[in-house]
Amino acid sequence: MLSPTTTLETAYDSKIESNVIVTRVDAAMNWVRKNSLWPMPMGLACCAIELMATASARFDISRFGMEVMRFSPRQADVLVVSGTVTYKMALAVKRIWDQMPEPKWCVAMGACASSGGMYRSYAVLQGIDQLIPVDVYISGCPPRPEALIAGLMRLQEKVDTEHALMDQKRSMLAGSA
Amino acid sequence: MAAAEDVKLLRETFAEKVLESVEFRDEQTLLVTLEALHPVLAHCRNELGYAMLLDISSVDFLGEEPRFEVVYELATVDDAKRLRVKAKVAEDAPVASAVDLWGGADWHEREVWDMMGIGFAGHPNLKRILMWEGYPYFPLRKDFPLAGRPTELPDVAFTGVAPLEGGPFVACAGAPNAVLREPRSQAID
Repeated sequence: MLSPTTTLETAYDSKIESNVIVTRVDAAMNWVRKNSLWPMPMGLACCAIELMATASARFDISRFGMEVMRFSPRQADVLVVSGTVTYKMALAVKRIWDQMPEPKWCVAMGACASSGGMYRSYAVLQGIDQLIPVDVYISGCPPRPEALIAGLMRLQEKVDTEHALMDQKRSMLAGSA
Repeated sequence: MAAAEDVKLLRETFAEKVLESVEFRDEQTLLVTLEALHPVLAHCRNELGYAMLLDISSVDFLGEEPRFEVVYELATVDDAKRLRVKAKVAEDAPVASAVDLWGGADWHEREVWDMMGIGFAGHPNLKRILMWEGYPYFPLRKDFPLAGRPTELPDVAFTGVAPLEGGPFVACAGAPNAVLREPRSQAID
């Protein structure tokens, strides 16, 4: 039993209180997601060289938490379609996309992946968006690493606006009703 | 021995089977009949020292008879001399395969088959090399549109028609001034 004169020293503990942050779960998840976007490098042509340059020391996308290039689609978050998608390759790209777990995003890097580019031809798919949904298009032939980083930062902004948990809750409520 | 002398020897050996020989800027070109093509190539390989096959290509002369031409580029290993052997091929007429002479002919002939639809008799594995098995067209033929044709082969591949927007844009070689030589949209039916 405490005597009336004893003061409670646990009322304010600076070691705990200063480390508590109040936020929404959605905001916290988005913050985590956008800063650890693991790319699946779908290097199909010269854009892949710029993608590699973006990953290396001078441009260094590890500043954005994106340096973890995953060569297994099962561990990747962003499909970076970098290069010319031929019809022969198109269904393989689609298959990689299908194997990636949700949530996932797609970046069409460069003119070819966005629209077929200069290849108005029987052999080239006229834009990867005919097969899979694209979140960010990056112009350029090929785009410089700065452009790719700008595109990926736009993707971060997009991830930040998503309502992952709220959407999940709504779909669960709609499912139970 | 220079390639020009080889041409002379070949003309003596194969007589009327050599239809034409052209020399242009030290390049020797020989046009032979289709029946004589394989014997001529074998002679070049075994007697004249052309141990290397650089390339096999084909040309489509749409509207002419015979329609196609196959072109063989030969060279010696030290690249001291080069020789081009050509033969006219009618549609659906098979060409004797040169795989027995040069192993490197294998993929070249598959490419000619894939793109132009010229068959090679005696080829060990004549299937498409760039397009997929089941693709119904030969896309480098003159009567195949540049924009392509729609096809569908479920679970393998599909193709669509590319929007040409008034193109293809072709430069006019030999036009009198730079404005007319600029690439412009040329309607091709």
